[in-house]
Amino acid sequence: MTPQIALALLLIIPLIAAVLIPIFGKSPNLREGVTFVAGVALLATVVYLCMDVAGGGRPELHFGSFAGKFDFTLKLEPLGATFAAIASSLWIVNSMFTLGYMRGNKEKNQTRFYACVAIAIAAAMGIAASANLITLFIFYEALTISTFPLVTHKGDAKAKRGGTIYALILMGTSLALLLPAILGTYVIAGTTDFVVGGIFPPGTSLFATSILLILFAFGIGKAALMPTHPWLPNAMVAPTPVSALLHAVAVVKAGVFTMLKVVTYTFGPSLTLATPSSTWLAWIAAISIVLASVIALRQDNLKARLAYSTVSQLSYITLGAMLAVSMGILGGGLQIVMHAWGKITLFMCAGAIYTIAHRTNISQLDGLGRTMPWVFGAFLVGALSIIGIPPLGGSWPKFFLMMGAVDSGKAILIAALIASSILNIIYLVPIAVRGFMKAPANPEDDAHIAEVRKKHRWVIIPPVITAIGSLVLFFFAGGIIDFLQPILPGGGL
Amino acid sequence: MSFLDLVPDWLLIHGPAFLMALPLIMAAVTAILPNKRVAWTSTFIVTAILTLTAFAIAIYNAEVGTTIYKMGGWAPPHGISLVIDALSAPLVLLIALMGFITVIYAMPATVAEIKPNKRAPFYAAFLLCIAGLLGMVVSGDAFNVFVFLEVSSISTYVLVAMGAARDRRALSAAYNYLILGSIGATFYVIGVGFLYMETGTLNMADMARILADLDGGSRVAKVAFGFIVIGLGLKLAMFPLHAWLPGAYAYAPTPVTVFLASTATKAALYLLLRFTFFVFDPSYTYVADVLMFVLVGLGVVGMVFASLQAIFQTDVRRMLAFSSVAQVGYMLLGIGIATTASVAAGYLHLLNHAIIKGGLFLALGAMWYRFGITRTEDFQGLGKTMPLTMGAFTVLGLSLIGIPFTAGFVSKLNLVYAAADEGWWWAVGIIMLTSILALIYIGRVLLAAYFQSPPEIKGVVVARNEAPLSMLLPMWGLAIASIIIGIDASAIVDASTRAAELLLGTG
Repeated sequence: MTPQIALALLLIIPLIAAVLIPIFGKSPNLREGVTFVAGVALLATVVYLCMDVAGGGRPELHFGSFAGKFDFTLKLEPLGATFAAIASSLWIVNSMFTLGYMRGNKEKNQTRFYACVAIAIAAAMGIAASANLITLFIFYEALTISTFPLVTHKGDAKAKRGGTIYALILMGTSLALLLPAILGTYVIAGTTDFVVGGIFPPGTSLFATSILLILFAFGIGKAALMPTHPWLPNAMVAPTPVSALLHAVAVVKAGVFTMLKVVTYTFGPSLTLATPSSTWLAWIAAISIVLASVIALRQDNLKARLAYSTVSQLSYITLGAMLAVSMGILGGGLQIVMHAWGKITLFMCAGAIYTIAHRTNISQLDGLGRTMPWVFGAFLVGALSIIGIPPLGGSWPKFFLMMGAVDSGKAILIAALIASSILNIIYLVPIAVRGFMKAPANPEDDAHIAEVRKKHRWVIIPPVITAIGSLVLFFFAGGIIDFLQPILPGGGL
Repeated sequence: MSFLDLVPDWLLIHGPAFLMALPLIMAAVTAILPNKRVAWTSTFIVTAILTLTAFAIAIYNAEVGTTIYKMGGWAPPHGISLVIDALSAPLVLLIALMGFITVIYAMPATVAEIKPNKRAPFYAAFLLCIAGLLGMVVSGDAFNVFVFLEVSSISTYVLVAMGAARDRRALSAAYNYLILGSIGATFYVIGVGFLYMETGTLNMADMARILADLDGGSRVAKVAFGFIVIGLGLKLAMFPLHAWLPGAYAYAPTPVTVFLASTATKAALYLLLRFTFFVFDPSYTYVADVLMFVLVGLGVVGMVFASLQAIFQTDVRRMLAFSSVAQVGYMLLGIGIATTASVAAGYLHLLNHAIIKGGLFLALGAMWYRFGITRTEDFQGLGKTMPLTMGAFTVLGLSLIGIPFTAGFVSKLNLVYAAADEGWWWAVGIIMLTSILALIYIGRVLLAAYFQSPPEIKGVVVARNEAPLSMLLPMWGLAIASIIIGIDASAIVDASTRAAELLLGTG
């Protein structure tokens, strides 16, 4: 196998799965078998590619050009490899959870569901491996379209309304702001390729780059920078596996990944730093972080609270990008990984609670931890990782981002990070504490839940795995940072 | 070229005359044919032959370059010449092809919209309109252009008025169009009169030569240019001379709207190109001033205002009509920047927009045919009730907005690039802004079609009722053409670059 073939396989494997899943639609075990085989094959391909990229390889695959000017090309670099790695690894874990959740809740149209997830994964892989902005844009739209049937899976009025807002904001911002930004970039720089250190010629007007940076920041609606965030809480009408894989990992990370790509490869850190609007955007990100945390605090619905927590955590990455210093960008890259593992844990726990106990609100969770100790334990670990407490993975990006804020001379932004961490403690930890410490409201119910729990082990095991992952990743943060260093001009730190 | 081998030599030589003569003669024949299928069949065969001829002529032109056909063997400037060059050849093909596509669509559409005893006259007027438009484009004689302009215009007034069987407002729309169209034609012919006074010739190439000798000519030439620009501006619906267009597009029979939207304003725009760059020259101060302040100015104002008006329309036909006015603004902007790249971009947008808008009106016509849809609110649930028609509408709508992999993207990109090359950043901004406005007015319809449920009539949800094949084929043909251009635009971009090089003498 050559890296080029592997690059093509990134798209081919999930797409084949998407074709095979409807074929095996009649026999659920075979159908889920396809997903797992594809997941393992995809992960193996990504691991192979990661090793190649770590060794300095930058595999490239040219498909053709269109409109006479644009190349449709894939090219993998460390940031993309990282995104591909988390999306593909968590696809496998999440597929286990999906199996438990969909069967446990007897959801309809499961075949369509699995097929759409596979297409969405293919689109995410395309985003990770895009060699230029225009290729990325096409996969970006493909991801929106393929996830739309997943958001509206239930098919009732509420799901349709949520799906409409989802599609409207994501398509609207990308067509109205992101596409003009890409064209503007092309017109000024003559290319949209991702090049270490940026593509704008020296002497480009800072007014123009300011406008472009703003267009990018709000055009990448998937990064959920306020005020483009309402799609995320609205997407929570989707079944929990979608929220877990797509709205904590693939879709939102595609957004912030694009943001990081634009800052490091299109503008380049030094130009971003020189662009006046980066400071304003850093402040908007900081406000987003705190404001979303405050809103999260007021949500009683568990998934809604997690959604606003995601909005807040995504802005960490936007903030890191807009700081435009090595520490900030690496911190943002690290946050993509750590937040993915932490937040998917929390969502899967929420899904497990819904599947086993049929509870959706935080106020109903009193004492449930005693009946479901593994789930609530995993939730606590995931929450601590999100908050950023050592020895959990989530602590490193916070540390890097604070260093980055100091490096870029905006030390005052540290206040926003600390405020958010405190708010995180207030809105996440009590959920677990309530489960373990408070007395159950209705012990008979809980006894019944303990009975049915045994049937649903496939919704319990996956969050435990990712919780352990969050812990293990703490010790590998150095490796990830070393892997990401080449994305910075001048070799990194 | 294997295709040219199949074409008889006399057709290649006499092709320009044949293009006008065939529909003219057949229009007279069709008018007396029986009303039922026969009239349609004869029109179908005529447009098919015209398309093949136009295709052969276009290929032949690409091979041998400009050809001048002398009517009756009289040499210009005394005789009448027909000119096929890089500028007219693509437009000839466009008009013939859109005529052919419209006729396929017209078979079911006229059955629903035109009274049986009016169908043969309808097709006769349609053929006259094609003959007029083709004549306008190939004629190398300024007065002959006027004659053909009137042939096409008068037949168009008749065609628009035939919409009265469906909606009485068609009569007032046709009358409106008749008044404004006649004023436009009069302005044009006054301009040509002044030009004759100045140069003593009616042959365009001759005029160009004499005007160049006179260094742009006296005040008479300036006045002539003013009259011609305003006259053609009326015909091509240049903002704010577009008042006739929304009504005519909205209330004409749907096949007429399809054909008008994709050819009539385009032929007038072609004449504007011909006069500003070929007969006159942008090196004359007054031409440069008009380009800069009138065409660019009105073009940009039209782009913004007509797009805004489109957003607030409740009738989809009027919405698309205002969108057409806005799109004409793009073309005028491209022409007004007056570099090879920008004129090429304007010309490219002319061709692309003909495909896009023709297709959109076709899809809309199919929706009227099945469900009587004309208003934006009627679109609810169309994604379910007419998935194929709505699919074509979506593809073409996205192309109008300018999404990658569509024709609209290619022409807007080229225009943006040409504007930026000249440092016209404000124009780039306006193009982006109006694309967003297009996103809003198209998105609004798509939203209703895909995110709302089909309506209920007497408690029964409207069932799927797809358009007939003879409507689906042409609309998807145009939708696929738009995608193919979006992926590989080299042929059409080359053609428009050749046209621009011819006009600006940079080839």
